[in-house]
Amino acid sequence: MDLVATVVDGILLGGLYALFASGLSLIFGVMRLVNIAHGDLIVLSAFIALVVTDHFGVHPLVSLVLVVPFMALLGYGLQRGIFNRALDSDILRPVLVSFGVSVFLQNALLQTFSADSRRLQAGNLETLHLDLPGGMAVGVLPCLMFIVVLVVIGGLQLLLYHNELGRAFRSVSDDQQTAQLMGINNAHLFGIAMALSLAIVSVAGVFLGIRTNFDPSIGPTRMIFACEAIIIGGLGDLWGTLVGGVILGIAQTLGARINPGYQILAGHLVFLAILTLRPQGFFAKIR
Amino acid sequence: MNEAVQIERSTRISYLFAAFGLLLLFFLITAPFYLGRSELYLLVEIFSYLALASLWNLLAGYTGLASIGQQAFVGLGGYALFALTIFLRIPPILAVLAASIVAALLAVPTAWVIFRLKGAYFAIGTWVVAEVYRLVFAQVSGLGAGSGTSLPTQVVQSIASGRAARDNLIYWTGLGLVVAVLTVTYLILRSRWGLALTAIRDSEPAAESVGVHNYRTKFFIYFITAGATGSVGALIFMQKLRISPEAAFSVHDWTAFVIFIVVIGGIGRMEGPLIGTIVFFLLRAFLADLGPWYLMLLGAFAIFVTLTMPKGVAGWLAEKFDLDLFPLRRRVRLPKLKSNEDPEASGIGRIGI
Repeated sequence: MDLVATVVDGILLGGLYALFASGLSLIFGVMRLVNIAHGDLIVLSAFIALVVTDHFGVHPLVSLVLVVPFMALLGYGLQRGIFNRALDSDILRPVLVSFGVSVFLQNALLQTFSADSRRLQAGNLETLHLDLPGGMAVGVLPCLMFIVVLVVIGGLQLLLYHNELGRAFRSVSDDQQTAQLMGINNAHLFGIAMALSLAIVSVAGVFLGIRTNFDPSIGPTRMIFACEAIIIGGLGDLWGTLVGGVILGIAQTLGARINPGYQILAGHLVFLAILTLRPQGFFAKIR
Repeated sequence: MNEAVQIERSTRISYLFAAFGLLLLFFLITAPFYLGRSELYLLVEIFSYLALASLWNLLAGYTGLASIGQQAFVGLGGYALFALTIFLRIPPILAVLAASIVAALLAVPTAWVIFRLKGAYFAIGTWVVAEVYRLVFAQVSGLGAGSGTSLPTQVVQSIASGRAARDNLIYWTGLGLVVAVLTVTYLILRSRWGLALTAIRDSEPAAESVGVHNYRTKFFIYFITAGATGSVGALIFMQKLRISPEAAFSVHDWTAFVIFIVVIGGIGRMEGPLIGTIVFFLLRAFLADLGPWYLMLLGAFAIFVTLTMPKGVAGWLAEKFDLDLFPLRRRVRLPKLKSNEDPEASGIGRIGI
């Protein structure tokens, strides 16, 4: 029974990782950019939520009203101002630029908020739980996170496959030059995609901040988890990313059950094992 | 009858630079006789970063393997030094060399797994592997687990007797290592391998079609750079005398700084790491007191350079002044023309390989 509880915990943790990953997966799908600063942007939005909750005395989830538009605007600006200039046939430049952004953000957060560990106070949402048959209990917060990731991924799917903007995203993804010939403004569209990605990031950041302590240095590890979820699931498939996140989450909670020091290590090892056995992931759409 | 078209590699500048290099080398070899302890310490740090940057440049700039995980091999090299000297009682200087074997051997399974990933995801994969090594060493209680360990006194004393002799020996090891790294990089780039690397960097399918074994070539370069990075790691932690998983596998210290050095100096050019290292240590001397501001500035500067001058300072110099310090490119010298021929067509032509 204990084992079942661990697996359930892992699945719910995987939901959070899939939430980290879906924004990253979207921009990789649209413009083949792996944003190394993704994790630091998650942490940034947690800190902004912290400022908003402190300043207005509102619940962290309410702070999203301000954090989401702020991050979306930042995303659009970041894309138009920096990332668009680095996107060309060379794979190295986007990596280098987003790595530079990552180091910059980490140190900007360190300078502004110090290295102290922080947390978003979510009142009784942190402790509320549902009793399940068999004496198990699951937290309301992890369940809420999982529902949110289902909504986010379902929403992205609707957007991508049943909407004009989504059609533009898919056409740019297939062939940038041809899309441009068809009257699509790629630079603007990439800006929109990054804005959308960072809107999702801000939700992920707030949930991260409620769930665990955070400090300016934890961004890269979250970005690595997100990438692992994407690679396990297979590039370009959002539901695959969810599966990838869940596999990673279960691997981590099982690892932690053996020894708390093994949590992250177990996740990485399962990732490397899957990479060895099935390098294209489980549901790859992009090669 | 015109004389034949000639291919040349060395230029007057490159001969001058070689002469300057030999002169500098002479001064560096004799440096312990007239420089103080702290200057020698700083020089070893400079040698370490120059070597790491040259190796990363060979990997990312020439081979297109954008690794963000070279701290894996710095850390492995450092831990190899500690393990070999503490458990096997191998003399420290010898252990610095042996560390390269340990790192290179571990690079084989590492490459086997992460070479399945392409482009930016390859970068993430290298980082994951470095994290795995860090988390594993955090569990090894014989080497201090998470909090790390110091090099035992008898090991330190076995480097050489007396502090000055030790400092000098570490210094000469560092100098030898960086000279070896630069020489081997240069020889690889001058060889058939170098030509293959340039071909892979420019177009993988085209390289494969003219007979380059892409996978084998990349594997070879990854293997070589991992080994050499391991030795540099061992040197770094022999100088520090203390190791911990956080310090050994630090992405900031051993990869971020190194990437900034190469990007600012000029990626894909041998001069790049040289210039970048000088710029980096100058910036550090003036700005390191600023703490996080210094790293923000460095990050912003690297972004700016990548966006506005993708080939860095060295590339800018090469384009502006036709300056190649290392004779790596082939230049076509066209035959001298008679006075009635078009003067525009005379002079030195260039092909960009």
